[in-house]
Amino acid sequence: MLKSYLPALVFLVLGVGVGVAFTFANSLLGPKRPSKVKSEPYESGLPSDVRKSFRFGVSFYLVAMLFILFDIEVVFLYPIAVRLEEVGTFALIETVVFIVLLAIAFVHVWRRGALEWK
Amino acid sequence: MVLLGADPVVETTLVQIVKAIVIFAVILQVVPVILLLERKLLGRFQQRYGPNRVGPKGALQPFADVLKLLSKESSTPTTAVPWMMAIAPVISIVTAVATLAIIPFGPQGAWGGDLGLYGIDVPIGLLYFFAFGSLAFYAFVLGGWASGSKYSFLGAMRSAAQLISYEVAIGLSLLGVAMMAGSLSLVDIVEAQGSAGKGIWFVVPQFVGFIIFMVAGFAESSRPPFDLPESDAELVAGYNTEYSGMRFGSFFMAEYIEVIVISGVATACFLGGWHGPGPEALAPLWVVLKMFAFVLFFIWIRATLPRLRYDQLMFLGWKVLLPLATLNVLVTAILLVVT
Repeated sequence: MLKSYLPALVFLVLGVGVGVAFTFANSLLGPKRPSKVKSEPYESGLPSDVRKSFRFGVSFYLVAMLFILFDIEVVFLYPIAVRLEEVGTFALIETVVFIVLLAIAFVHVWRRGALEWK
Repeated sequence: MVLLGADPVVETTLVQIVKAIVIFAVILQVVPVILLLERKLLGRFQQRYGPNRVGPKGALQPFADVLKLLSKESSTPTTAVPWMMAIAPVISIVTAVATLAIIPFGPQGAWGGDLGLYGIDVPIGLLYFFAFGSLAFYAFVLGGWASGSKYSFLGAMRSAAQLISYEVAIGLSLLGVAMMAGSLSLVDIVEAQGSAGKGIWFVVPQFVGFIIFMVAGFAESSRPPFDLPESDAELVAGYNTEYSGMRFGSFFMAEYIEVIVISGVATACFLGGWHGPGPEALAPLWVVLKMFAFVLFFIWIRATLPRLRYDQLMFLGWKVLLPLATLNVLVTAILLVVT
């Protein structure tokens, strides 16, 4: 059974090979003329103002939490989807109950404004 | 229907390794062709010629591009975390290449023997695609964060939020297909679209799923109109602002491989995979033709639609695609069991 995964391993090895080659190609082949200005992070002509701890909007955290909630939904639905036709009505009722519960959560999240991008 | 049933017939180890290398090598050669095609077509869409200097009608342009990228200096800003910056492009290539394995080009035995014309045919098929698709996220976030530039950082955050928002929709969009085929293996899914009784391409009964998959597929591969993580006008290429040379090339190549993979999965799940007129030995031809049509579609959309605004992107992902995809799953399930 596991043997059918072997080509995936070959693809992974090839991918790592090409990726590593690409990543270090320029250090080997390219010119090396470092300068102070060149090694500053990009900024449109002004002195760049970079702090180690970037701060970003709270909306990003919110999206990440919503993702966990709804991606679990997808993961749980896949096993049932595969067996749906064989198991029949029981699986269908389970699916409907599951989706309705999530829909309630979704409506709540929507009404609280968590889906508005600010 | 194989979940835990009898072991499928598998080729010898040597054949498995060789076919993986062949698929990989061919796709690697196709990427520059698509690149050239895209630039040529974009030129035509905008009423100009596109590249036409290097080689006959610009045919050697991709080689010139690669040579140029190879001859650049590898630059790392002082604010960067060098080792993280180095592994990000590797991750992006690895995840893109790994997903190539599941594109089915033909059934087992189409070219004689028990040779299956696909990288792998495993019971977890679609989940394998999602798993590596999600890992691509790390490449963008790591690369953008480790660059230590604010433009890169903004690009990384944008791409993180975008990828996870559309991950949900793309997962739900293929559920209907999995239900109708009763399997997650892409080979089984293609077979289900050709077998007697329900021999219909899933694009017809799963039209809503197809639309959602394509929209989310554009977003997952950060292709225009969803190229907000690298929007050149405001973020100067986003997460890859600080990358130069072939490291930049890796992100670029990974994006095009991802386009090929999305086209391949869409072909297998919705357009009947290798089914077409003619003998079975022509199977890969049909798959390649259908995938090519999808790639052209990607280019066409790039030339047609303007980039979305970020709040529009979030609106589309959470308030349109997610409810629509859930509804599609519900309706498909009810119809399948009741009828």
